[in-house]
Amino acid sequence: MFEIIEKKRLSPTVALFRIKAPRIALKRKAGQFIMLRLNEYGERIPLTLVDSDTVEGTITVISQEVGKTTGILGALEKGGAILDVVGPLGKPTHIEHFGTAVCIGGGIGIAPVYPISSALKKAGNTVISIIGARSKELLILEEEMQQISDQIYVTTDDGSYGHHGFVTQILQRLIDEETTIDIVFAIGPLSMMRAVCKLTRQYALPTFVSLNPIMVDGTGMCGACRVTVAGKNMFACVDGPEFNGHDVDFEELIRRNRGYFKEEKMAMEELTYHEGPRCYQQEC
Amino acid sequence: MLSAGMLKKPAEQSAKLNMPRQRMPEQDPLERITNFQEVPYGYTEELAVIEAFRCLQCKDPKCVKGCPVHVNIPWFIGLIAEGKFIEAAWKLKETNLLPSICGRVCRQEDQCEKLCIRGKSGQPVSIGALERFAADYEREKATATFPEIPAWTGRKVAVAGSGPAGLTVAGDLVKKGHRVTIFEALHVPGGVLMYGIPEFRLPKNIVAAEIDYLKKMGVEFEFNAVIGKLFTIDDLFTEGYDAVFVGTGAGLPIFMDIPGENLVGVYSSNEYLTRVNLMQAYKFPEYDTPVLRGSKVVVVGGGNTALDASRTARRLCYEDVTVVYRRSRDELPARKEEIQHAEEEGVKFQFFTAPTRFIGDHEGRLIKAELVRMELSEPDESGRRRPLPVDGSEFQIDADIVIIAVGNLINPLIQHTSPDIEVSRCGNIIVEPSTEKTSKKGVFAGGDIVRGGATVILAMGDGRKAANNIHEYLTNSSW
Repeated sequence: MFEIIEKKRLSPTVALFRIKAPRIALKRKAGQFIMLRLNEYGERIPLTLVDSDTVEGTITVISQEVGKTTGILGALEKGGAILDVVGPLGKPTHIEHFGTAVCIGGGIGIAPVYPISSALKKAGNTVISIIGARSKELLILEEEMQQISDQIYVTTDDGSYGHHGFVTQILQRLIDEETTIDIVFAIGPLSMMRAVCKLTRQYALPTFVSLNPIMVDGTGMCGACRVTVAGKNMFACVDGPEFNGHDVDFEELIRRNRGYFKEEKMAMEELTYHEGPRCYQQEC
Repeated sequence: MLSAGMLKKPAEQSAKLNMPRQRMPEQDPLERITNFQEVPYGYTEELAVIEAFRCLQCKDPKCVKGCPVHVNIPWFIGLIAEGKFIEAAWKLKETNLLPSICGRVCRQEDQCEKLCIRGKSGQPVSIGALERFAADYEREKATATFPEIPAWTGRKVAVAGSGPAGLTVAGDLVKKGHRVTIFEALHVPGGVLMYGIPEFRLPKNIVAAEIDYLKKMGVEFEFNAVIGKLFTIDDLFTEGYDAVFVGTGAGLPIFMDIPGENLVGVYSSNEYLTRVNLMQAYKFPEYDTPVLRGSKVVVVGGGNTALDASRTARRLCYEDVTVVYRRSRDELPARKEEIQHAEEEGVKFQFFTAPTRFIGDHEGRLIKAELVRMELSEPDESGRRRPLPVDGSEFQIDADIVIIAVGNLINPLIQHTSPDIEVSRCGNIIVEPSTEKTSKKGVFAGGDIVRGGATVILAMGDGRKAANNIHEYLTNSSW
């Protein structure tokens, strides 16, 4: 069992968990993830490792309640426990002194972009971050991102905070202003990453994305997470999760991620039927 | 209780020879495709004694030579014939730590039973079914005895992977007084025995019971521990382990590199079986992991995994399940017994056929498979005839699920962090065959990570050999 040491709600549907896992904490590097299974009946889901503390022996993950498993996780509190946590998995982000890095996070994608931005900053890069959400209340980690960024831009789709519009519009502006950009990291909804890559491809700006396909074991065994990258089949769990964004077949991945839509809905109905509406819905 | 003693000489020898091979009673095919319970029920005491009585108790038993772990077959069968079922199980466990598993999934027809003298002019003794009977009898009667464990030698061994190879290494080494910890990447022990082989062929409570026996003998387990990620091999030495055995299996599914392979509905056999066996997707939504249900399933391949997948699909899907294989029926690598079981369950076969592409709808969901007929080429230099597609013979069939079961590559996780372990071009760890030693001091390997896709018992044979050599290494410290 892995104990939850701290829980912090970041938005009505997003929560941060600090989990006791000293051995994983020792090995974690930016860009890696864990697989967790909540209970005996649970499925295995991947979550990005946002942070770790080797002194306290904890790892930090951030989860958005989008389905049954993340819904149950979201209802767990400090002192609660998770049955299985395995990691750190995936290849760490390649961090070096690139020069100026633009770090783009959309929605829950700000969670995985934070440790990468932080590592880039430590490696001496100038970090320009662009973070976006649908609305102000859904924006997470603004303060944390602020601390490690040389410049920060915030966007909301509905204009409730920061720039009214999309992260790509800010990126376009930076390009138009001839800001020096040596590398771009973009993590967020697939449609956002696709839009960023479409833009940066025109300007030949190297762009890395972190993918979130469906996974079962997370160690290379099943191939559920395969994505087409530069025309080749890659496993996001062992070859990724980060890839050159210009090579990723986003259309295919969007379709694959919808593959269990019916089953996901069924699981949610089952959960609501047995346990009533989730508490995060009541909190809103 | 019936025992062989009731049948006295001189009629005994001819009675033995006239006795036909006893079949295990089985679940009716129509019944069993509605559940995941085991297909054969196993011998009754009476049937086991009759079958055991068929053994000629050869002075120079060939069957033992066919067994990778050299089980003393005539001895345990003789005990069954005398009605000493529990003693028979103890005898088995002296050489084989996992008899109820081997009794079920070993390819006896290619090993012990192939060499059985009775097979020369008739049917060999049903050694596997007898092994299974004795082991089940003992487990159900809960009379397990434990070998005496010597005082701790002061040496510690780490085993990566809790599949058949790793379990054997661990069992053998604790019996010699070493401390053994098995590091398992998944949340349960057993490796392929848990995620790969379906419940109806190898019930998971049996795997759990065999592993529990090892735990009681003192083997320790660490789950959710991926070697190469959470610990490197060098970390294990730093943590005080004196030797490491790598038995992490062949776990990277091969795809065919044909169009449409990433449509929703196309699975690797590993994913399909892992969802159903390990994650119990057949009980969705009681269990959270789903598996797509469909009405028309195509399974590509001809090995045991392909057959396991097809029989699993038959239990989950409603209409037809077709196995497509590029060679002939005679070349199917799967066990005869499994092919027979699959056919009884309504699985269809298309031989000399291979997929060329998969076709999806506008949402990227699989709707059809395009297949092509194959024919065998002229023999090449090695004399082997290769299947080649017949031009223009492509045809399409409806399919909402395709399961690709054409083999596995080696998972590169350990090699990434231990480049000093020498691997072949395909990524298999290279070992000295007589000792299972790798190129790295103190590190041994065996099972599928060395062999590529092989069998449970061969992995156990490797484990046995490795354990002996690890013991020797720990005793005299010379590499």
